[in-house]
Amino acid sequence: MIRFDRVVKKFDGGSVAVDNLSFEAQRGEITVLVGPSGCGKTTSLRMINRMIDPTSGQILLDEQPVGQIAPAQLRRGIGYVIQHAGLFPHRTVLDNVATVPRLAGWSKAKARTRAHEVLELVGLPGDYAVRYPSQLSGGQQQRVGVARALAADPSVMLMDEPFSAVDPIVREQLQDEFLRLQRELGKTIVFVTHDIDEAIKLGDKVAVLEVGGRLAQLAEPAYLLAHPINDFVSDFIGRDRGYRALAFQDAPDFPLRPEPTVELGTTPAQARLATSDGWLLVVTDGRPQGWIEPQRITVPIESAMLHRGGTVARNHGPLRAALDAALSAPSRRGVVVDDDGRLLGTVRADEVLRAIDAAERPAIDPADIAPAESP
Amino acid sequence: MSFVSANWGDIVHRALLHAWLAGLPLFLGLLISLPVGWLAQRSRVLRPFLVVGSGLLYTIPSLALFILMPLIIGTKILDPLNVIIAMTIYTIALLVRSVSDALAAVPADVRQAATAMGYTPARRFLAVDLPLAVPVLAAGLRVAAVSNVSIVSVASLVGISQLGFYLTDGYERTYGTEIGVGIVACVVLALIFDLTIVLLARVLTPWQRVNAA
Repeated sequence: MIRFDRVVKKFDGGSVAVDNLSFEAQRGEITVLVGPSGCGKTTSLRMINRMIDPTSGQILLDEQPVGQIAPAQLRRGIGYVIQHAGLFPHRTVLDNVATVPRLAGWSKAKARTRAHEVLELVGLPGDYAVRYPSQLSGGQQQRVGVARALAADPSVMLMDEPFSAVDPIVREQLQDEFLRLQRELGKTIVFVTHDIDEAIKLGDKVAVLEVGGRLAQLAEPAYLLAHPINDFVSDFIGRDRGYRALAFQDAPDFPLRPEPTVELGTTPAQARLATSDGWLLVVTDGRPQGWIEPQRITVPIESAMLHRGGTVARNHGPLRAALDAALSAPSRRGVVVDDDGRLLGTVRADEVLRAIDAAERPAIDPADIAPAESP
Repeated sequence: MSFVSANWGDIVHRALLHAWLAGLPLFLGLLISLPVGWLAQRSRVLRPFLVVGSGLLYTIPSLALFILMPLIIGTKILDPLNVIIAMTIYTIALLVRSVSDALAAVPADVRQAATAMGYTPARRFLAVDLPLAVPVLAAGLRVAAVSNVSIVSVASLVGISQLGFYLTDGYERTYGTEIGVGIVACVVLALIFDLTIVLLARVLTPWQRVNAA
């Protein structure tokens, strides 16, 4: 566990970067520090591994003040990932990853064996090990950065905007893999980002910081969306809060309707017979591929002819996905699949809305409706 | 050509002396410039003094330095040590800025990551900063090497034996061939120094030769 105890950081010239910050990052959880530039989130992160020392207050790592631990020794026990990965250009991927084990005094052979293991873990198989960082894409470099931080198996990881320098598609991949990895490893992670959507997606807890380094609110993402504590937090979280909160509520058993389907290669005549209304779902091996309008086709169905706009929701998955499936399907029938991606049936938007109506919201903490803020 | 074949042994001997008088100071100067350049790169206050101050050393005329050296350190006028020390000073004059620039060229995020991995400052300097500084450092070293080879020849005026002898001797005897041989030998020596540094830098930076993704 990491505990900030009334931490203040003033820089030369008197500007206050972090103002009386107190919070806890729980063991095994991802705590995201999020806020606009100048809110002191990176400064706060760097105080944990003593890259910066606080002006007053202290930070405790499992109840031991970090100020009492020699910086180099402290840092070898804490994984660190930064925006552009910061890989050593003069070392191969393997030796980059082996850095901390080598610093900790492991033999070269043992450190390299371990480096191979962690590279495997982040999805970079053997032949990447001998390359230099300049030979990798941004996303791959970032994976190596994560592998390097994990190599000595630290219980704590600090991550400073690790995914913000890669393109959106790669970012989403990296985020998903990061969550999968964290489910396996259960590290105590402090994660800094300026992107509230990333914070909400990744955080077990999200700490919203204001300019000047004050903690505005620390809560679980669903709670944050439901009960932002003040205008700053609600503005920062942004629009569509009600809709985004649905991502944290699982759908109940919908009364799924059977959906007639055809396979690729079906002739126009057969397709017209298969459906009574304008749209027909095309599947391959039971998995939805897309929608088609039988009235408009003149040749057997090909993959390129399919309408791909409809999203697919997993059964009992988030309500947001179910509602989106219904709203995005050209037929207005949301496609619901099982865990293997096979079609179970469809659900309509009004049915999802009824489920939303019935779903419970996070109860507000009485402390959050106190009449006035303490000065 | 007959001058070369008649004096081949002497030319090689003087070339080796010349290489020693230019090469040893290059090495010593680099050793001294590393900590000084490091200090200049780290301290915003000291940087102008160290970089400009060391650069000014280069403006001291070499002949004056060769003659003054015995007065300062108490050596004999014919002691090659005078030349070694004077050439080391010229090397420092050229290299402090190079070292400082080379270290400044190490990407900030790489340096930050190294610190966060748990490198102590000294270990980080040797394992991360220095290897990454090699390309810029080598460029500075090449200039210093060629400059050393050229300046050393002046030392023949104070009687220190090396290739410069052919220039002064040829001038006194108004013997153009001898001067030509002296010049060519100096150029060849400078090229050898230059090539050696280029090759060494190549060996030290395999990561610079891979094709970027």
